[in-house]
Amino acid sequence: MKPAPFDLLIADSLEEALACLHEHGEDARIIAGGQSLMAMLNMRLAHPSVLVDVTRLRDLSYIRCKGDWLEVGATTTQAELLAWPELATRAPLLAQALPYVGHFQTRNRGTVCGSLCHADPSSEIPLALATLGGEVVLKSRKGKRVLAAQDFQTGMLTTARRPDEMVVAARFRLQEDLARFGFREVARRHGDFAIVSIAAMKTAKTLCLGVGGVAERPTIQTFDAQSAEDLEAALNAFAWQLGGSDDIHASARYRREMVRRLGHTLLQEVSNAAAS
Amino acid sequence: MSDSGKDLTLERPPPDKGAAGKSYIGQSVLRVENRALLNGRGQFCDDLPVKRGTLQAAILRSPHAHAEIESIDVSACLARPGVHAVITGEDMRRHIAAMKVPLEAPLEYYGLAVDKVVFAGEAVAVVCAEDRYLAEDALDDIEVVYRPLEPVLDPLKAVEEDAPVLHPAVKSNLISKHHFRHGEPEAAFDSAERRMSFDIVYPRNSIPPIEGFVCIAEFLPENDGYDVISNFPGPFGMHSVMAWSLRVPGNKLRMRSPPNAGGNFGVKLTMFPSIVVMCVASKLAGRPVKWVEDRLEHLVAANSAPNRVTRVEAAYTAAGEVTALRLEHWDDHGGHIRAPMPGPIFRMHGTTSNAYKLRHLDVTMNIVVTNKCPSGAVRGFGGPQLYYATERLMQRIAVVLDLDPLEVLRRNILPADVFPYRAPAGAVYDSGNYGRCIDEAVAEGRLEDLKRRREEVRAQGKYYGIGYAVGIEPSQSNMGYIAIAKSAEKRKKSGPKDGAIVYATVSVDASGSINVVADSVPQGQGHATTLSQIVADQLGVAPEAIMVNTDLDTQKDAWSIASGNYSSRFAAAVGSATHLAAQRVRAKLARIASGTLNRPAEDLVFSDSMIRDPDNPDNAVPLYRIAALAHWSPGSLPEGMEPGMHERAAWSAKELEPSNELGEINCELAYGFIFDFCGVEIDPVTFDVKVDRYVTAHDCGTVLNPALLEGQVGGSFAAGFGAALYEEFVYGEDGAFYSGSFADYLIATAAEMPPLDIVHCTPSPSPVTLLGAKGVGEGNTYTTPVCIANAVADALGIDDVVLPVTPSRVADLLLAEEQARVGAPESEAPEASGSGRSLTGEDSVIVPAPPEEVWRSLLDPDSLAAVIPGCRSLETAGENRYRASVDMGVGPVRGRFQADVRLFDLEEPRKAKLEGSLSGPLGSGSGSGEVHLEACEGGTRVSYSYRVKVAGKVAAVGGRMLDGAARSLIQQFFRALVSQAGGPARRGLWSRLRERLGLSS
Amino acid sequence: MPLHPKNRPVAVELQLNGKPQRGAAAPNMLLSDFLRQELGATGTHVGCEHGICGACTVRLDGRAVRSCLCLAVQAEGRRVETIEGLAEADGSFGILQDAFHRHFALQCGFCTPGFLMSLADYLEGNPDPTEEELREALSGNICRCTGYAEIVKAALYAAARLRGDADSSRAK
Repeated sequence: MKPAPFDLLIADSLEEALACLHEHGEDARIIAGGQSLMAMLNMRLAHPSVLVDVTRLRDLSYIRCKGDWLEVGATTTQAELLAWPELATRAPLLAQALPYVGHFQTRNRGTVCGSLCHADPSSEIPLALATLGGEVVLKSRKGKRVLAAQDFQTGMLTTARRPDEMVVAARFRLQEDLARFGFREVARRHGDFAIVSIAAMKTAKTLCLGVGGVAERPTIQTFDAQSAEDLEAALNAFAWQLGGSDDIHASARYRREMVRRLGHTLLQEVSNAAAS
Repeated sequence: MSDSGKDLTLERPPPDKGAAGKSYIGQSVLRVENRALLNGRGQFCDDLPVKRGTLQAAILRSPHAHAEIESIDVSACLARPGVHAVITGEDMRRHIAAMKVPLEAPLEYYGLAVDKVVFAGEAVAVVCAEDRYLAEDALDDIEVVYRPLEPVLDPLKAVEEDAPVLHPAVKSNLISKHHFRHGEPEAAFDSAERRMSFDIVYPRNSIPPIEGFVCIAEFLPENDGYDVISNFPGPFGMHSVMAWSLRVPGNKLRMRSPPNAGGNFGVKLTMFPSIVVMCVASKLAGRPVKWVEDRLEHLVAANSAPNRVTRVEAAYTAAGEVTALRLEHWDDHGGHIRAPMPGPIFRMHGTTSNAYKLRHLDVTMNIVVTNKCPSGAVRGFGGPQLYYATERLMQRIAVVLDLDPLEVLRRNILPADVFPYRAPAGAVYDSGNYGRCIDEAVAEGRLEDLKRRREEVRAQGKYYGIGYAVGIEPSQSNMGYIAIAKSAEKRKKSGPKDGAIVYATVSVDASGSINVVADSVPQGQGHATTLSQIVADQLGVAPEAIMVNTDLDTQKDAWSIASGNYSSRFAAAVGSATHLAAQRVRAKLARIASGTLNRPAEDLVFSDSMIRDPDNPDNAVPLYRIAALAHWSPGSLPEGMEPGMHERAAWSAKELEPSNELGEINCELAYGFIFDFCGVEIDPVTFDVKVDRYVTAHDCGTVLNPALLEGQVGGSFAAGFGAALYEEFVYGEDGAFYSGSFADYLIATAAEMPPLDIVHCTPSPSPVTLLGAKGVGEGNTYTTPVCIANAVADALGIDDVVLPVTPSRVADLLLAEEQARVGAPESEAPEASGSGRSLTGEDSVIVPAPPEEVWRSLLDPDSLAAVIPGCRSLETAGENRYRASVDMGVGPVRGRFQADVRLFDLEEPRKAKLEGSLSGPLGSGSGSGEVHLEACEGGTRVSYSYRVKVAGKVAAVGGRMLDGAARSLIQQFFRALVSQAGGPARRGLWSRLRERLGLSS
Repeated sequence: MPLHPKNRPVAVELQLNGKPQRGAAAPNMLLSDFLRQELGATGTHVGCEHGICGACTVRLDGRAVRSCLCLAVQAEGRRVETIEGLAEADGSFGILQDAFHRHFALQCGFCTPGFLMSLADYLEGNPDPTEEELREALSGNICRCTGYAEIVKAALYAAARLRGDADSSRAK
């Protein structure tokens, strides 16, 4: 379990990193915290010929509030975001979801943007981004693009990032007045990949659920004000839309059932909390 | 043998005249091992320096569960800079004799696959290179051509007539069958008031230590021998197996162990074939070879406890007393049987009746091979499987008779006045008071609390259950037990096998400092601490002043076949021998001091490093003075006394007799007792199973160090808890292995472990061990899985409990029919089912080109090359057959594969069938599918369906995402087809729908 | 812009337990291997090489991280602390080591370096954890020998002593 050989660029500036991506395209891979990628390299599931280390780009390590947005830079670690004093008040969903991301040792090194780029269907950060209607900022030598969460993560482990692009920041929507959030995760052990993770959000405009771990990427569904029967039917339809696969930890059927049950609980929780 | 053993008398230890006053035995003396370990100064095998020029090994492993090896080409690999040797199964066959197994079947095993592979992960070739990174790089250069064969995974299916046979020379997957009959089982069944029968299944699991196998092997051309340093823990009976296989006399295979080892749990025994392989690798490479097993290798190929199916039949009374038991076991040992397997089933045979009074047994053992990882000697060694049958039985009888399960246990349990007791299958239970132990465990409201909890929780409409289990915990294996695998006649021919030798040496040097050497090869249990306590008591010194060395060097130390770390041997055996050696040193010192102090030797007292006249405080001499005399002045020693101060004890308990004609044998020396009960709560929403409270009570005779004992209990409890709720090696029907990482093989962490209440019962000291101590290292691996299973059965009111009890499994039991599917019509749904772990699916795209054009793309090699994602080259390999080299993957996961594709049943231009296979370093796959072309508005509707199976590394570590990944690849293929055939596709209805719903496309 | 070509070892210099250390590492060499094989600091153990068992945990610039999920080259110029640096200057056990010693919180000792380095970081950030918080924090480290009960006790005891709680002696 040792990584296959690769050239390694320790980038001192974003420009260097982007130039390297420009030159090597698909053969290059960015490494920041590397908490997912390193395991894949060690197992030789991945063998990029060039690795671009961006951990020294300290100017990309920031947590900023800009208007409605919380912007997190490319090298900001999950631990740094979790330790941000305003997280619980200004981004409560992240405050609830981040403790489920791996363990504190992996959060110490793993980055927020890295988790988005890795695009694991069970990951909490992509789920939070999608639920909050967030955005991803990409840069290449040709310029900058901003993609909505749902346009960024296109499937299992795959994103719309072009080979010459690097994700330089993620934007999460800041807390709106009266918005309420809930988060639940079903996993075998603490810190495991989620079997199902569910986020609920109630704002003045919308009531929605985001689900990770079932479909091949986080999936959001809005629920209009509904009768109890309608809600149950809508949750069932949503569960079936997500589909899910059997794996050794849980059946697809179990996953769908958790979507129905926990989805129901969470929707009620955020609705009741909002009402009170 | 007698009916109950009432005629038995057992040896009793002489009254102990240890140090006056102070006794370290029985104290929680702090560990002497810690100073090194807590400062990062442990010396684990991978920490030891190696000779310059030592090569590092990496192993190529089979992605197939069952396949013939058509060819292996290592030339490209050998040509790679830094690679010094590549060893294959053929090399092994040339250089070694097949490794011996304790069975009569003509099994041949060489450590590397020869001619065929029989499980996914089997070692096929070894690369020896200048460092491990290079060695792993070079694995990709070995070209192996496999011809896949049908695998068989289920032990019951494996023994059917038409099952594919793993080992053609044996002609059957039923490697051996054994029948034992004790008492009068037929009569007991005929006259039974009640009968019950059911099947149980015990799953595959292990207790993977955090340190894997490590071995440094060097061929010594000067004497045609080998020098091996490894964390092989014993039993050193395997030394003979290795030497035999390497065709050297035992004295030319030097085995050494490092000072520290990172856990064992029985698992490391099965590294011995790898040691043989590395010895051959060293010989062929002409340099020392070091191999450090990595985690993926360990999970896929190190070993597993045998999984077992048991058909249980019981005769019992209306009062719940079991009178006879009939068991038929199918013990699944995976692809190969390696010594001392199938040992576990025989080791525990003597205790088949567990702690119960029943006298009539009928036991049939089927030893079976299937296409899974070979079995090994996992901690518990046959106990978890056996007691899963007996203890589920007791719980089920209680349910049927509507009795309290604890009452049923009490009615069956052996009374206190039977000891020593010869159990019907031959084990001689040396001491115990099981009823008292149960009383002490449930006392102080422990059980009442749980019953109250159950009432409260159930009143809230939730699930709560209480489970019980008892277990006899044997320690120190009789070397003769494995002989009962052979017929009585064969046993007679091969001579008696019995006993279990242990060696310990206590020496005092000229400065009076004390050294202890013993053959226990500890793996973290704190043996050095305990032995220093034992010797300190005899010699009246502080334990921390004693140096204990438990490394083993087969060329310098006293050892025998029974040496090593296994079978809870330490307390019973090594403790006894060390005690004996220390007694001898004391006797010798006392005899010398007797002259100086003018008192008879037997009156002298050892304390505070002095030898004293108990009646006169001034009449004393420092121990070191007497020891010095033995070294400096042999001439002044008492007449006939051997000079120096070095006493070696070899000990083998006389109670470890050979088996009788019926195969009855006292399989172990000392027998402890465990009684467990627990409360389990099951979340009615998520079906998560939580052990609310767990009580385990132990009587293991004299306690040597209570803190170390609790450590052993806590550790074996954690393993049993894992087996009950988390740990399982999972295979697909195609033999693909799915538990290849620590994200898939789940080990409970501090966050999952429930509180454990350890009750130290009033001890029943063993009359057959010199300190009265019995082993305690394995007990909870026996009782905990079934205790939790019994609680789950109670909580849910079910008969069959399948381990591990995962939330998803509970959901399957409790949920009614799933709510009806809504949404898109079936035909267009991206249905993918993982059942049987083969992925099926279907979808369609609309290609803006006429069917004829699409058809041409499918049949034209050039177009096909463009269509196949990542295709680097494609050649025609016959009519409508193609062979391609493709780079493919999902996200960052990429690999190169060799793809073979065939199109058949062509109906131009409407329909074609495909089948093919893929193989590469990441794994292998096979699949089939059908493509339909249909003219429609805007071009051609291409509908496709597929069935894909994936095995190898990606399956082992990526099972969680395998279905999605395979689907994604197939979609890539058809999307490429679309672009090849004329521009971007018009998306099908379902794609558009899914997009709108926010699902992936 | 240092570009390190594959298979070519480069000099890596870091502070190991307060002392500058230098060794050579190819770009793909793991920090865990660099510490053990290049610097001879074998106190850090390798248990799974995919970031789950936690045995290889070290402190990198003070934060507990998996050294198997970090490249040696990435540690250039950084502070690395390992189990070898936990003892007091006079060689006696530091508080964490002492807590593990007196509470029998280790058996084989293979996973122990990871537990100690994890706790060293964690208890700085959360000096007064509840047992539940501690168990959660320790869930990134696997021990096969103990069943964790003694580790949790030792960690609670160490936390109390690190805080200077007078009642820590009672926790013995």
